Amino acid sequence: MKIKTLVSAIALSGATLIALPSMAADTIKVGVLHSLSGTMAISETTLKDTVLMMVEEQNKKGGLLGKKLEAVVVDPASNWPLFAEKGRELLTQEKVDVIFGSWTSVSRKSVLPVLEELNGLMFYPVQYEGEESSKNVFYTGAAPNQQAIPAVDYLMNDLGVERFVLAGTDYVYPRTTNKILEAYLKAKGVAAQDIMINYTPFGHSDWQSIVSDVKKFGGEGKKTAVVSTINGDANVPFYKELGNQGISAEDIPVVAFSVGEEELSGLDTTPLVGHLAAWNYFQSVESDANDEFITQWKAFTKDSNRVTNDPMEATYIGFKMWANAVTDAGTTDVDAVEQAMIGQETENLTGGIAVMNKNHHLSKPVLIGEIQDDGQFEVVWETDGVVAGDAWSDFLPGSKDLISDWTAPIKCGNYNTKTKACSGQNY
Amino acid sequence: MRHLIALCCCLFGLLSFSVQAAESSQQDPFLTELAGAKFKDMVPILDQLAEIQGEAILPLFHTLLGGDLYYIKADKSLVGQFDEQGATVYKDVFNQTLVPNLSKRDVKKIRVNNTLRGYLRNAIAQIQLTAKSPKVRESAVRELLSKLDADTVALIESLYAKETNNKVKEAMGLALSMHTASSTELTLPNRLVAIERLSSSLEGDARNLLTTLTKDENPAIVKAATSALEKIAQRANRFAFIDQLFFGLSLGSVLLLASIGLAITFGVMGVINMAHGEMIMLGAYTTYVVQLMMPNYIDYSIWVAIPAAFLVSGLMGILIERLVIRHLHGRPLETLLATFGISLILQQLVRSIFSPLNRQVSTPSWMSGSWEINPVLSLTLNRLYILAFALLVFFALVIVLRKTSLGLNVRAVSQNRNMAKAMGVKTHWVDAMTFGLGSGIAGIAGVALSQLTNVGPNLGQAYIIDSFMVVVFGGVGNLLGTLVAAFSLGIATKFLEPTTGAVLAAIIVLVFIILFIQKRPKGLFPQKGRAAE
Repeated sequence: MKIKTLVSAIALSGATLIALPSMAADTIKVGVLHSLSGTMAISETTLKDTVLMMVEEQNKKGGLLGKKLEAVVVDPASNWPLFAEKGRELLTQEKVDVIFGSWTSVSRKSVLPVLEELNGLMFYPVQYEGEESSKNVFYTGAAPNQQAIPAVDYLMNDLGVERFVLAGTDYVYPRTTNKILEAYLKAKGVAAQDIMINYTPFGHSDWQSIVSDVKKFGGEGKKTAVVSTINGDANVPFYKELGNQGISAEDIPVVAFSVGEEELSGLDTTPLVGHLAAWNYFQSVESDANDEFITQWKAFTKDSNRVTNDPMEATYIGFKMWANAVTDAGTTDVDAVEQAMIGQETENLTGGIAVMNKNHHLSKPVLIGEIQDDGQFEVVWETDGVVAGDAWSDFLPGSKDLISDWTAPIKCGNYNTKTKACSGQNY
Repeated sequence: MRHLIALCCCLFGLLSFSVQAAESSQQDPFLTELAGAKFKDMVPILDQLAEIQGEAILPLFHTLLGGDLYYIKADKSLVGQFDEQGATVYKDVFNQTLVPNLSKRDVKKIRVNNTLRGYLRNAIAQIQLTAKSPKVRESAVRELLSKLDADTVALIESLYAKETNNKVKEAMGLALSMHTASSTELTLPNRLVAIERLSSSLEGDARNLLTTLTKDENPAIVKAATSALEKIAQRANRFAFIDQLFFGLSLGSVLLLASIGLAITFGVMGVINMAHGEMIMLGAYTTYVVQLMMPNYIDYSIWVAIPAAFLVSGLMGILIERLVIRHLHGRPLETLLATFGISLILQQLVRSIFSPLNRQVSTPSWMSGSWEINPVLSLTLNRLYILAFALLVFFALVIVLRKTSLGLNVRAVSQNRNMAKAMGVKTHWVDAMTFGLGSGIAGIAGVALSQLTNVGPNLGQAYIIDSFMVVVFGGVGNLLGTLVAAFSLGIATKFLEPTTGAVLAAIIVLVFIILFIQKRPKGLFPQKGRAAE
């Protein structure tokens, strides 16, 4: 009995030993670590499809380094610790060369130690709160200075807003973003009594008293705006209540950082018309690259009503850059690709060129759009040229001296420019 | 000044203008200029239009404000998009004649942004000061309060003497007082009288003006403004209290609706039904399906949805009772696990049928908006209706339990099953009916909740904890307790929220209930007598 098992075990491992190198020689594996079930499935499924579309396209062009690409999809099910497990599975069992994945910051923080331990490579495509830079992660979404800060600048300079309501869902991204915004506004001379901060739980649906407070706060003579980091479906009752209490976008505009085309599709947008969102990409931007991308996306999903959004563009840019970096490096080895990534340039879908900086963040343009009744955005403002993503905010006391630079001789994600030293931790 | 001229012209030559507008509307060069204009060029064009055409331009402004103004790509002439019985049609903005043979491809939308919307609202208000309906005139004056300039004040002054409606006159008087109070070139007594008059207004703009006046150079003005502000603040605080009370009652009505079905299945029958939230969810989805089936009659859909949701959730409840719960009678732990399983199955069922994305349920027009009692107190209509509806459902249920034979049987079975059986009551039938009734009411709650929150597979999960909390707090088996508990929890939460924030308020309420249950394990209104054992 025992011998039998032993023999079969040897046979099996022998088979895998033979199979593995041959598999590795055949294809380059691309891991996809996005939730396909649970609360985040709504948003993340789209990104999984985007990666699959990009892989298909790359294979049509003949793959990379003469090999075909193979996508390996796993489902971490909106369960944050499961991101670490599935990430480990991708790196150790599937031996993928790169991972595209994560949406919420907490899921990224969960998989990060695994990536650093096993020296994996991940592309993170969503706007986030910053204060992080890992050797093993490329952040293709917006840092706060590429979304929140320009949006507040727009409110102050173009709309003449003097009072701010910072409303957010109660978790790490809104809290950190609001901390940065509060420091920024105070540095700009906004008094403490002109800033109102409010947090609500996930999925909050009873907005009456909060909206009524906002109304009172905004009715005191100074032009007021709401800066919303409210996440997920709590937005719908929030905007509905604004409409019901008679607050229109002209009176108190709401600028949101988590409401995009995908969130608006299939939603009654009447109460939202005129409110704002800040992103690096809108589907409505007219450019040849964007038209082509939208057509390709609709063809790939076989659904002419599907919309595109900012995290999809971030995935697109990340994938293109990775493919170029692999070609330049001539290998999929993580260390070589990581160095080849820095300085990569790819066309944005909105025109202009995205550049990967030394701190693993992108330089991208910032756009502000007004919601229209068809669920699309009309761009009302954009930055001149691109803004370089800043890993460590200049407006927080703990991080304003820190920079991230992954090129020699610094090679560190949190280099203190005053003490001329790395703080030692990995990120 | 431009507007003044335009309006005077309007007053004296309304007729001639409307004739001219009808003739020239489509040939006017400014109208074709609107087609394809950039945002920053639109305001001067609109200014010109308002000046030339006066009131006749209103339909165009309204269409533009509503985002329904399009232009035909071929000849750049303007059309409005209208929705007629579900079909999109294009009409001339001015005389409402149908423009035939236009499809979505032939036209392009004239987009508006917030600057334009603000401009349009102001321009419309200026023109509407002379409108026929006193209500329109009044709201036009109130709209203009925040942007009083010399032109507007002169215009209002000229209209004030001729105004016959008291309410409009009052609003105009307020506007004039605001102007007098703030003009430094006028004499002190005049300004003081004006400030005194402002103290009786709750309008936010008047209050803001007074606040700026407290920083005036003249000490007499400062004193008058300060005391006027105090007077206003006193009244405003009273209304703010009523407002908050209403918020609390409204949250209480939602809690009541969500928990009242559970008060029957858990309270009266003693079944721990973890699938209760999914019964609510089914009701909400029924509303969605009803609206899908009657897309042109959204305003009436709710009346169809209420009985439909009662039937769907009620039948599902009976099914669950017959198939699962009756076999687990007297085994609470197993019932809990089984119903939890059912809740997961129902959620997945809905995910498979309707997709995991939230579904859009429209609000009927009679339920949107708010009832404005005065500038500081307005009650949102949807909440008001739901509050009334919750009470209606509650009392209907009380009557069913007290006055009908089903109610008698239900009470008999819940008090002493064996005795009831001996008396010839079909306990199995009563169990199924009671469970169906409780579930059906949860379905009705779903219809109401679909108007307030997102309709998605997780809808029920958000309310199950609250429902149990209310029932346990009120006293298991006591409907009146559920009513009192729902409203007191709602009001407590809403009065805590402004000081503690929404997250902490929920925690404080939960901690309070835990402590309360430690002290009085049977809730607010414990059952008495033999049935309690």
